[in-house]
Amino acid sequence: MTNLPDAFAIAPVTGSNFSRELRRAGRSMVAAKWPLLALAILFVVVVVAIFGPWLSPLDPNRQNIMMRLAGPMAPGPNGATFVMGSDALGRDVLSRLLYGARVSLMVGISAILVGGTLGTIAGLVSGYFGGWIDDVIMRLGDIQLAFPFILLAIMFLVVLGPGLVNLILVLGIGQWVTYARIVRAQTLSLREKEFVEAARAMGDSTTSIMFRTILPNIVAPLTVIASFNVASVILAEASLSFLGLGVPPETPTWGSMLAQSRDQLIANKWWLAVFPGMAIVVTVLSFNIIGDWLRDLLDPRLKERG
Amino acid sequence: MWTFIIRRLLQSVIVIIGVTLISFVALQIGGDPTFLFVSERATPEEIEMIRKALGFDQPLHIQYLTYLGNILQGDFGNSLSYRQPAMDIVLGALPATIELTVFSMIFAIGLAIPFGVFAALYRGTPVDGGIMTLAMFGQSIPNFWLGIMMILFFGLYLNWFPISGHVPLIMPLLQGDFMTALTNIPSSIYYMVLPGVAVGFYSLSRNARLVRSSMLEVLGQDYVRTARSKGISERAVVINHALRNAWLPVVTMVGLEFGFLLGGVVVIETVFSWPGIGRLVFNAINQKDIPVVQASVIVLSVIFIALNLIVDLIYARIDPRVKL
Repeated sequence: MTNLPDAFAIAPVTGSNFSRELRRAGRSMVAAKWPLLALAILFVVVVVAIFGPWLSPLDPNRQNIMMRLAGPMAPGPNGATFVMGSDALGRDVLSRLLYGARVSLMVGISAILVGGTLGTIAGLVSGYFGGWIDDVIMRLGDIQLAFPFILLAIMFLVVLGPGLVNLILVLGIGQWVTYARIVRAQTLSLREKEFVEAARAMGDSTTSIMFRTILPNIVAPLTVIASFNVASVILAEASLSFLGLGVPPETPTWGSMLAQSRDQLIANKWWLAVFPGMAIVVTVLSFNIIGDWLRDLLDPRLKERG
Repeated sequence: MWTFIIRRLLQSVIVIIGVTLISFVALQIGGDPTFLFVSERATPEEIEMIRKALGFDQPLHIQYLTYLGNILQGDFGNSLSYRQPAMDIVLGALPATIELTVFSMIFAIGLAIPFGVFAALYRGTPVDGGIMTLAMFGQSIPNFWLGIMMILFFGLYLNWFPISGHVPLIMPLLQGDFMTALTNIPSSIYYMVLPGVAVGFYSLSRNARLVRSSMLEVLGQDYVRTARSKGISERAVVINHALRNAWLPVVTMVGLEFGFLLGGVVVIETVFSWPGIGRLVFNAINQKDIPVVQASVIVLSVIFIALNLIVDLIYARIDPRVKL
């Protein structure tokens, strides 16, 4: 994660540059195969997240006490089938899994947006102005990293109470340091470049230089970090939901489904744990593969060192 | 050297103060913290009394200083559900957590080094591919799910390992009972295998990749090429020249990894009913037992910070280039 690609930061971003890079990316993806598969999987996950309510065979919150803990492929209500079994309240595991994709992805991406925005602004300010502002922001980051993240999240969520917004905020704030450090490092080197000098000479305002001149050139490394980050945020969300600090229990997420599977473990109701867990692994693995591939693509020097 | 040590010590103190500040903010962020300490059926008079008793009627900066002073004396107040000092409860649970963390660290780092070295030496071969694929999976599996899967397979299906239970090691040591500690070792490890592997697998994967890239970097250095061209056996090149330089990053990662593993242990303990801080925190979360949560988080953070300090000092000792 600390090996940062800077290959993109040399020339200012222009339209033709971008489309050339896009074609290069396409060719490299087809050549590498695994990233292509990962992208296909993520596409499916996104489709499921968007169309989950139409795809799911049953109402994910419809309880059916008569049909609780039915195994996979067992007959469900009204001639339907519990393809992945039913849980302790007789709810359909498959339907909850499909709904869960939506919440898990939404939490992951929103948290990245929160953390990425905060971190980018902090990093731009820190790198562009330097001096005591830089010191304060970076020391703040050091202090935050001195906490193991999950402990920090636990402490805030216990007081704030679980809930979607709180979860996104805590996960997002947990990530800002990563972005701030990268953006700061890039800004430090970019602010001395000619095209930034030029913008300054033309009398552009400081905000305009930071956000219109410097920022577009940092987007590439940011996307790499973000794709790794979605993976770790989804994992963190699962952990927190598992501890009962995630979304309210009736909202299905993959993490909370796993939390509820714990009580049925001794009774060997394996389907409650296996399917949501596999959903997490496949999604996170795909994000990690894409992240690896993006990093190699943006900075071929790192490829050797994998 | 001394200026480095003093600067590093001061830094740690500042970070610890920062930690207490953050935990203080966490208390205040949800509004009047009094309500975190009273039962839902308390009358307004009772609430007012508790607010006074806990000092929440004071100005914020006074509250913080009192809070800081109490923490420095190890006083986090009484646990709301156990009715004894939160600190005592946390310290009682600490040894079990440390045991599991150390075990998972030995597992993770102990295997990451040979895996990473082999992957680097056999770069591009199926050995490398296999190890790296495994590592990629390892970084994508939630540790608690891995724990659940191992319970299902190794615990319930194959019946090879116990799925819960704990045989203490550190506790008898602290009580001066070395014989018990010694005889406990085998069974203690037996109980730690499943939770330890579940926690350590992510670290193993990440560090195998780190060791591999660190090793590849060293193998490309001029002095390694020189050693090879001198006709030294490949084995000697790897052991005397490459490994000796590749292990420096490993020392740094040990400190950071410990904190990460602690976080993992907190989650995994609830899966295996491990009687450590994690399970304590989990129960405290459900009972809204704020003093116990705060004491747990701060104790673990201070351990993490102290450990990183020690690692940095060791690092400065073994790598003469560090004289910041």
